[in-house]
Formats: sequence, C-alpha cells, structure tokens
Amino acid sequence: MITASPPTEGPVISLDRVSVRYGRQRALAGVTAGFAPGAVGLLGPNGAGKSTMLKALLGFIKPEEGTMRVLGLDVAEKPIEIRARIGYMPESDSHIPGMNAVSFVAYCGQLSGLPAVEAMQRAHEVLYYVGLGEARYRNVETYSTGMKQRLKLAQALVHDPDLLFLDEPTNGMDPKGRDEILELIRDLGHHKRVNLILSSHLLPDVEYTCDSVIVMDKGAVAAQGPIAELKGPAGRVFELRVKGDLPAFLGVLERRGIQSTATDEDILRIFVPDGMDARDVFALARDSATQVRHLRPSIPSLEDVFARALGEQ
Amino acid sequence: MPIHDQSYRRYGGRREDVRRAWTVIAQSGIMTLLKRRAFLGLLLVAWLPFIVRAVQIFIAANFPQASILAMRAEQYRAFFDQQGIFVFFVTVYVGAGLIANDRRANALQLYLARPITRAEYVAGKMAILVTFLLAVTLLPGLLLFLLQAAFAGSFAFARENIYLVPAMTIFSLVEVFVAAFTMLALSSMSNSNRFVGIMYTGIVLFTDAMYAALRGITGSSAVAWMSFPANLAQIGDLIFRQPLRHDVPVAVSLIVIAALLAVSLSVLERKVRGVEVVT
Repeated sequence: MITASPPTEGPVISLDRVSVRYGRQRALAGVTAGFAPGAVGLLGPNGAGKSTMLKALLGFIKPEEGTMRVLGLDVAEKPIEIRARIGYMPESDSHIPGMNAVSFVAYCGQLSGLPAVEAMQRAHEVLYYVGLGEARYRNVETYSTGMKQRLKLAQALVHDPDLLFLDEPTNGMDPKGRDEILELIRDLGHHKRVNLILSSHLLPDVEYTCDSVIVMDKGAVAAQGPIAELKGPAGRVFELRVKGDLPAFLGVLERRGIQSTATDEDILRIFVPDGMDARDVFALARDSATQVRHLRPSIPSLEDVFARALGEQ
Repeated sequence: MPIHDQSYRRYGGRREDVRRAWTVIAQSGIMTLLKRRAFLGLLLVAWLPFIVRAVQIFIAANFPQASILAMRAEQYRAFFDQQGIFVFFVTVYVGAGLIANDRRANALQLYLARPITRAEYVAGKMAILVTFLLAVTLLPGLLLFLLQAAFAGSFAFARENIYLVPAMTIFSLVEVFVAAFTMLALSSMSNSNRFVGIMYTGIVLFTDAMYAALRGITGSSAVAWMSFPANLAQIGDLIFRQPLRHDVPVAVSLIVIAALLAVSLSVLERKVRGVEVVT
C-alpha cells in the first residue's frame, strides 16, 4: 500500500480493520484508513468497495468486524447523532415522489432537524446555489438527469452538514453540467470549509476537487494520503517509446525498481525512483538491446498514483 | 458587487429534536392526501352512515313515536361493521403507496441517511394511515355516542352504555392497526402501489371467499379462522358483548390476527432498509 505522511489534524473518519461481506462475497477486507479534514477522494474501479464503505459509514450495512468513527463518534454506538451531521448524495436516482424541488429539499431539511420555516428558507438558498433556482417549483419527476444530480446535492446540503458523502456526483451529466457541479464541490471543500468525501471512478473529478485521496481496490486500501505527496516530485515520471524486446526491457526495469504502465498510445509511463534519472533509463535500454525512440519528462498525475497503487495490489 | 449573495452559507440557527422526525413524515403525508379531491370525496362518503345515524338519533330523541329508532349497543356494532368497507377503501387508497412509492423512487436511502431509525420511518408512515382510518371509525363512533348522550336528556343512557366507549376504542384500534400493519408490510414488498392494492384486496377477498366456499361445503362456520374479515368480526363481537357470529373460538381468531401482525412486522423489518443486499 502506498501511504503518504499522516495529516496533522485528526481524521474526520477513521476505519480500523473493517470487513464487510455480502454472503460469500467480501466487499471490504480489513480496511484501515483515515480521512483527513477537507476534500478527500475515494477512488477505485467499479466493485472496489467505495459505495460499500459509504453505506457502512451511514449505518446501512453492519460490518462483520472492525470499528468506524465519524466526526469522533462511533458508528455502531451513535448512528443517529452521526447522520444528523452528515449529508449524503446517493449514486442512484433518488427523490421523494409527488413533490416539487423546494418542498422536497425543505422536507429533507425538516427530517434532519431544521424547523419548518428555516428549512424552507434554506431550501430556496441551496437550490439557487446548485443552479436550480428557476426550476425550484417544478415537480422533481420532470427533471433531467443533470437537474436530478443537482437536486441530490441540494438535499444533502440543506441542513448544513459537517461532512458530505458524494457518491459518483457527476454520473450521467453532460460536460458543461459536470464542470459546474465539480466547481460547486470544489467551492464547498475549499471555500466553505465543508468536509467532503467524493467517491468516484473518474480520476479528473477527484484530482480537480480533492486534496487527499484513498484508492480502493478489491475491497482494500491500495493507497492513501495527500494527492500532491502521492504524486511525488516532478521530473521522476517519463513517457517512453521503445523498439526491441519489450518484455525483456520491462523485466530489466522492474528488477531495478522502475515501475511502468502502458498507455493507449503505445507509450510507456515509467516512474523512476530516487537516485536515478533519464541516463539510467538509456543505460538499461542499451543493456537489454532496446532502442529508445522517444523519452520525455512528464508531470506526475493522479492517474499515475492510481496505476501504481493498483499495480502494487 | 452583488446585491444579494446567493452562494452557500453555513447555518447557525435552531435545530429541532431529531427524534420528532416521524411527525414530519406523518404531517407531510396527511397534508398531501388532504389536497386530493378524490380522497376528500372518499372521506365524505365514509361519513354518510354517520349522518344517517345522527338523524336517526335526533328523530328518536325528539319524536316519542319514533323512539324505537334509538341506537342500542348492537347498532353501534352494526355501525362499525358498515364502516368496515370504508376502512378497506381508505387502507387501499392511502396505504398502498406509502412505502412502495418510496421504494420506486429510491427514497428509503434518503430517509435513512438522515437521523431517522427504521422504526421511526415506519411509525411516520403508519401514522398517516392510522389517522385517516381512525377518522372513519373511532371518531364518528364516539361522536354518535356523544350525540345520543346529549339528546337523551339524562345521564341514564351514558351510564348504562358507558362500556361502549372503551369497546369502540379498542375495536377501532385493533381493526385499524391490523389493516395498517398488513398494508404497510405489503407496501414494503413492491415498487408498484397498484400491485400492492391488488395484493391487499386479494388477501381480504380471497380469504373470505375461501371461507364462504368451505362453509357452504361443510355447513359449519368453524373454518372462519381462515378469513381475515371474519376473524376481525369475531373479535369485534366479543368486544361489543354481542353474540359471536362464527363457530370459531375467539382465542383462535386472536392467534390468527397476532400471527398476521407478527408476519407483517417481520416483513417490515427485512424490507425497510437503506440498502437492499442481494446475495
């Protein structure tokens, strides 16, 4: 597992050896993780256990072992107190039938403990904030997919939670709508000081909105820490195109501790460890009778972190 | 500089006790139904027997030659029998979609991600149905009793028949809660309120039809335990101190109703969840 230095503040969420099982299928396998304050991305391919983790934190699913703490409270002992301070934007299309948007959001606010008048006022405010101000009196069943996503964000925000769970918030959105909702999420996490967990399989979404990341794979944590630290310093990632015995060359790289991933365009991305540079790559190519046709320094991205983490798994 | 800042702001105001969330569900559900004209029409029709009985009480009290029309205990029992049909219609109209519609719209996870327990969610939904069912059973029943006591001109009627007040209350509660639990359990099993309505109608009609057929064959009403309405009628007769209409022991009817409640609770416990786990 790749781990960056621990956060200076205490974690907003901590999981200690949490395991969840659906029948014979193990969805979370002894997960130990800490979510730093601020915006944290929960990354992983489909089926990695991201949604299961969120549902366990909400108390929908009871883990067979392990302990979870949210905002300093034990999930098993204080689920109601925790849920009063959480906003949840589910992945699937969800609404309460037969209501217009403002009634729906105000109703959600009241369910979370806001008095009726304040809930209605907050409903108007958050609907404007998410860009549904003009459509707030329309029945939610007439909304487009993008509008429903915004509405789900509004209902999660109405009671001003200390922590937001956003499960695939850009699902089904057009590029413009996606950019707008990512801008809102970034604003919440960075300017409004709302702690948020963004669960997604879309790396650019997480990279744009989050400061830290937890990468999940096959029910386990593959990497966690601040994105900047996990990416490592610039100049240690290279794009490379070679001609010759590729498997042999990859074997040589691996033996020297250089990780590599193939991209779609017949280009390798290699991660050079400390104490090595481009000259060493040329030398290794020469030793394995391989021609280097292209070598260019590249900027480390979250994709590299993701690829390395999943490679290590 | 904007005149009004429409960005997100933190909330620093008052918060209610989250344990009252079930009342928010109930209040919202009741107000939504009261806005429907068709439902108001149904409620109005359900009160017609009350109006007829009220006129009957008025005539009996004011015209000595019509004193034979004065309501007696068995007529109170008959009134609750009449209201049974409205209990059925209100249960289907109000109850079928209570949980099924939330299931269809994936709303359960929205409710249960908030500070609401599953029991509070069910209590809120049940309060909607129970309110309207009591409005067509207990409320008109008690009003009739008060009306008759008021028109009697003395305390004699009220003193002699005071047992009718707890009888009406207990029977209404039994009838209403059995209908409400059964309907909510069915509603939690499907995403379609129409299908739920059909299932409930099937349970009521099919069990009664089966009993009628077996009674025709055997010539005995001892098999009344298999009919949902017959069991309630048997319990009602006991509560109102009336002769039992079926040969089945009341204890058996009570066991059947208790079993139905237990099954309903078990279904609700398994089906009302924030996430449905399929293994």
